[in-house]
Amino acid sequence: MDGVLILDVTDVTYRYPKGGRDALRGVSCAVRSGELVAVLGPNGSGKTTLVRVALGAAPPHAGTARILGRPAHTWSRRELARVVGVVTQHEDNLFPQRVRETVLLGRYARLSSWSGERVEDQTAVTRALERCDVDALADRWLWTLSGGEYQRVRIARALAQEPRLLVLDEPTASLDVRHEMELFELVRALVEREGLAAVVVTHDVNLAARFADRIVLLSDGVVAAAGSPDEVLRRDVAASVFDWPLAVSSFDGRPQITPLRRPS
Amino acid sequence: MKWLALVGGLMVVLLAAVVLGPAAVPLRELTHSPIVLQLRVPRALLGLLVGGSLGVAGASLQSLVRNPLADPFLLGLSGGAGLGAVTAIALHLPGSWALPLAAFVGALGALGLVFRLGLVGGAELDPRILLLGGVAVGAFCAAVTTAIVSLAEASELRNAFLWLWGGLSGASWDTVRVLLVYLPLPLLVLFGAARSLDLLVLGEEQARHLGADVAAVKRRVYLAASFLTAAAVATAGVVGFVGLIVPHLARSLWGGRHRSLLPASFLAGGALLVAADTLARVAVAPRELPVGVVTALVGVPLFVLLLRRWTAY
Repeated sequence: MDGVLILDVTDVTYRYPKGGRDALRGVSCAVRSGELVAVLGPNGSGKTTLVRVALGAAPPHAGTARILGRPAHTWSRRELARVVGVVTQHEDNLFPQRVRETVLLGRYARLSSWSGERVEDQTAVTRALERCDVDALADRWLWTLSGGEYQRVRIARALAQEPRLLVLDEPTASLDVRHEMELFELVRALVEREGLAAVVVTHDVNLAARFADRIVLLSDGVVAAAGSPDEVLRRDVAASVFDWPLAVSSFDGRPQITPLRRPS
Repeated sequence: MKWLALVGGLMVVLLAAVVLGPAAVPLRELTHSPIVLQLRVPRALLGLLVGGSLGVAGASLQSLVRNPLADPFLLGLSGGAGLGAVTAIALHLPGSWALPLAAFVGALGALGLVFRLGLVGGAELDPRILLLGGVAVGAFCAAVTTAIVSLAEASELRNAFLWLWGGLSGASWDTVRVLLVYLPLPLLVLFGAARSLDLLVLGEEQARHLGADVAAVKRRVYLAASFLTAAAVATAGVVGFVGLIVPHLARSLWGGRHRSLLPASFLAGGALLVAADTLARVAVAPRELPVGVVTALVGVPLFVLLLRRWTAY
């Protein structure tokens, strides 16, 4: 725990304007540099809301959400984009675009409205493409990429922001095994080699268990368990959160869960 | 190279607009013929400004509402302007400025309505609401316009009908001057938003995370594009298709980056409208076609070609 504290959520409660109940209740979590934190939980458990509040899109009703020590909702969009790169769950590019072009959009927060791109912007783009191993695709149209390639390009765009924290929302949804693994290996490498902080919101419990340093397991807007994969993915806790009988085994020293068949 | 071709093409078209016309003016007298100086030159310039405005407004709005079908008139402005203009014609409002002013007021009325709709319930200009609201407001205005036209006398009817299809015959140095004062502000606002528009194309959420103040950008772009369109429609009527085709054409040649797309759309829109207007004046001389007819006749086949290329991807 010697990394810089980047994201610090303490005892946060949040309710949507028209929501009948709290979407988050007393939630705390912290993310430091050089650390991969996975946010797990069933649908509607508050994963997306937690990310929204942590990144200042919605000020909490109680508790604090801070980024580098400053309340999250006081950051301007532009300031925040220089510190946090987010790859959202969905993106549909309306008009044809090339890989390099879309990665260059990551430089937006570092450019003024009127100035052209500088050498350092092009360098940052090239470096981001290389780090994600998509430099060979630079001149390709986005619509010619496979799902896995596209996700890597989107991560490259986030890296072009030169952020200290990378947030990925369901990055492996609809990817096949190889691309899933490649993507997590990439994020893990960025965290280890470059000291980036990363938050991955995912439904893939087993991948999270294998790659994350820490897991935050949400259930109905509260933290059901938080800590190392071993501490969090215990059978009774996981089974009750996911509301399904599970077995927990160990692989490579990491817990892996297997959902059980309903007894007939 | 592309820019050179575009600017060169525009020059050729402008030259043709000045040289060609129903009245034969010898080349030697070109520079001091009143027909050229008082009619053709201001008309060509007006075509450039109006076509350019429609091109830029169309390109911006397509990205703003994230819909390749969007055109400056889809958001109800043409309906409002048409209603204003036809009202002015039916009421016999005097003065050469009555019609454009009435059209401008009508367009702003429609703009205000749709903009207000887009903010209902704390929404931040939801593209779907803008599109649906624009279509609804436009349809309502069109209905009232038709009601007025159906009650009008034959001569008024012809005027109204011609106006609704657009034309640059009202061009004068005064209109050009007014536009030269009016247009720079909305154009600068849109050019200044070019980078933000690049992001908006990715979707609002992703744009926000890349650093764009999405709500402010949308408001700024919507208002600026609408003010451009309102001026265009007030001075030249409802010139269709320029704002739809030109951005697509520019996109296919210059790509999606608005820093090149918007200027290219301006030049290409201007060139297209000036060319169409020249054709409209010359083709059936001494009579004249509404320029909107020509832009549609030229524009639709061009658009069909573009569509074929798109589906070939």
